[in-house]
Amino acid sequence: MSDERAAAIDVRDAVKRYGDFTALKRISLSIADNEFFTLLGPSGCGKTTLLRMIAGFEDVTEGAIFLFGDEIETLPPHKRPVNTVFQNYALFPHMTVQENVGFGLEMLGRSRAEARARAGEMLEMVQLSQFAARKPAQLSGGQQQRVALARALAPQPKVLLLDEPLSALDLKLRKAMQLELKHLQRDTGITFIFVTHDQEEALTMSDRIAVMSAGEVQQLGTARDIYERPRNMFVADFIGETNLLEVHVDRIAEGRALCHLGGGHALSCDAVDGVGVGARVHLSVRPERLALSAAAQGDESLAGTVREHVFVGTDITTLVDLAGGISLRVRSANSARASAQMFEPGAAVHVTMEQGAGRLLVD
Amino acid sequence: MAKRYDLRVYPGFRAVTFLCLFVLYAPLVVVMVYSFNASPSITNWEGLSLRWYADVFTGPESAKFKAAARNSFVIALVAASVATAIATLSATAILRGGRFRLRLVSFGLISLPLMVPEIVTAVATLIFFNAIGFDRGLLTILLAHIAFCIPFAYLPIAARMQGIEDTYEQAAMDLYATRRQAFVRVLLPLMMPGIVSGFLLAFIVSLDDFIITNFVKGAGVETLPTAIFGSVKQGIRPNIMAISTMLLAVSVVMVTLSWLISRRDTTR
Ligand SMILES: Nc1ncnc2c1ncn2[C@@H]1O[C@H](COP(=O)(O)OP(=O)(O)OP(=O)(O)O)[C@@H](O)[C@H]1O
Ligand SMILES: [Mg+2]
Repeated sequence: MSDERAAAIDVRDAVKRYGDFTALKRISLSIADNEFFTLLGPSGCGKTTLLRMIAGFEDVTEGAIFLFGDEIETLPPHKRPVNTVFQNYALFPHMTVQENVGFGLEMLGRSRAEARARAGEMLEMVQLSQFAARKPAQLSGGQQQRVALARALAPQPKVLLLDEPLSALDLKLRKAMQLELKHLQRDTGITFIFVTHDQEEALTMSDRIAVMSAGEVQQLGTARDIYERPRNMFVADFIGETNLLEVHVDRIAEGRALCHLGGGHALSCDAVDGVGVGARVHLSVRPERLALSAAAQGDESLAGTVREHVFVGTDITTLVDLAGGISLRVRSANSARASAQMFEPGAAVHVTMEQGAGRLLVD
Repeated sequence: MAKRYDLRVYPGFRAVTFLCLFVLYAPLVVVMVYSFNASPSITNWEGLSLRWYADVFTGPESAKFKAAARNSFVIALVAASVATAIATLSATAILRGGRFRLRLVSFGLISLPLMVPEIVTAVATLIFFNAIGFDRGLLTILLAHIAFCIPFAYLPIAARMQGIEDTYEQAAMDLYATRRQAFVRVLLPLMMPGIVSGFLLAFIVSLDDFIITNFVKGAGVETLPTAIFGSVKQGIRPNIMAISTMLLAVSVVMVTLSWLISRRDTTR
């Protein structure tokens, strides 16, 4: 029985094996209705495999997939109310743009007239009405991408799957399409499952992100969660830029952990489950949450020397060497340059971590 | 890099090329030129004339040639159509049917006739028809032609299908098309250049076949090649050259068409 309050997609203990190679190791995900959900991970981690299992092009070796409470594993692709925007678009080259967009409705048994009318509406939505009579080959990459989107949305699927739809576009167009996609998702209310290996894209667009690696979900959460509270080394390293410091946990009291960095330096941060006193783990600190000053600010300031500055457009990254061979990246906004003091390479500085910015990582 | 492996810089390349071209094409040129000869002799040139072309259609042997031509074209048309249909379905099964166990074997069986000497196929086919007590006639020619045309139709069709990514069919099925609809609405149109090209190739192979036809044809049933052969046995007259030239023209047109169509890329 289909249940409107059930999750749009519920993946339960899904395993995918190709021969003796395991592409997905027991994945469980629950994706809510109307959600913009992103699968993020490096090449080969199994994102496409998972998407193809939901679409029905790969069978599930173990486990089950539910769509609004109905198990869909036994349904062939054409019976699943799920549409895909393929990575290479896969627009039918022998059909016009309009025929491409109307194809799904025609296959659903709607009249040709209705399919045409709906295709017209969809093309208007993606601002391609004037290209309706063209063949896909006569469109630019960005236009083809929008046709693929219109084609997948035309039959009003319950869930839209997008496999790296923006990866073939140049940076500027990609940014524009990111916004467009996000608005489209909000306006249509359709659940989007979006695949990308671009962490920035994932952070800007998603309601929730599943970070994957080697066939496993490493962390599941909002963009903020994942960026600010990475669970393990892989996530901290994969998402954004970070300082990974080897630390020794000395003491845990009232939810705070005191960690030694070596070289006589110490920092305190929130304790996390799975990291106890005496553990040797990594501490992740985002470079924008460190600040430089001439004098020590409080008792946790770390004394060091400036090695060099790296200009990265809006920001400046300063590399600071601490005693004990530790080096830190500190990032400050370029706009703050007038007010902040600039330190020349070789200058002695203190690095202070913002309260709560340090994150202990399991494994 | 490219220069070092360029065949054209090898000594004697030019001479060998011209020799090969000469051996291949000089006889054809002679036949073509002499088909326009005004003289009944096949060696003395007496000026330009279309009299042997007229002779083909109105001369003493015209009735025989017309019947043979009709047989040839009917057989080529039917054999090529049936062979193309079978080849298309085989290619779909072999290339799109997933990994079934006899996949390689199937491909081998389909293309094997290309490598078996034609005379062997001819004898085998004849023995087969005799064994099952099939009366030789037009139908035996047709069946034999269908059989040996399949690999010729198969090759361009399979080559084409291999160039079509299966994401198109997946996209169709994703958009609620059944397997059949995906085949008819998406795969078949994309394969059309290969299919037409395969059909034309099969048509020509059937039209030109002599050896197998000669073995399996019934008494009194002739196709153009067997009729020409029969006529030549009585001595070569220039009307044979005229027929040959016309047959050559049909072949050239068809092969060119086949090549042009197979080159057209509908996926672009
Ligand atoms: N048909 C197959 N047979 C065997 N292994 C496969 C098959 N398809 C995929 N794989 C393997 O499964 C793993 C996951 O592949 P998948 O295509 O899902 O990666 P991905 O995360 O989408 O990567 P990318 O970002 O490069 O697209 C890869 O290691 C791949 O080699
Ligand atoms: Mg992929």
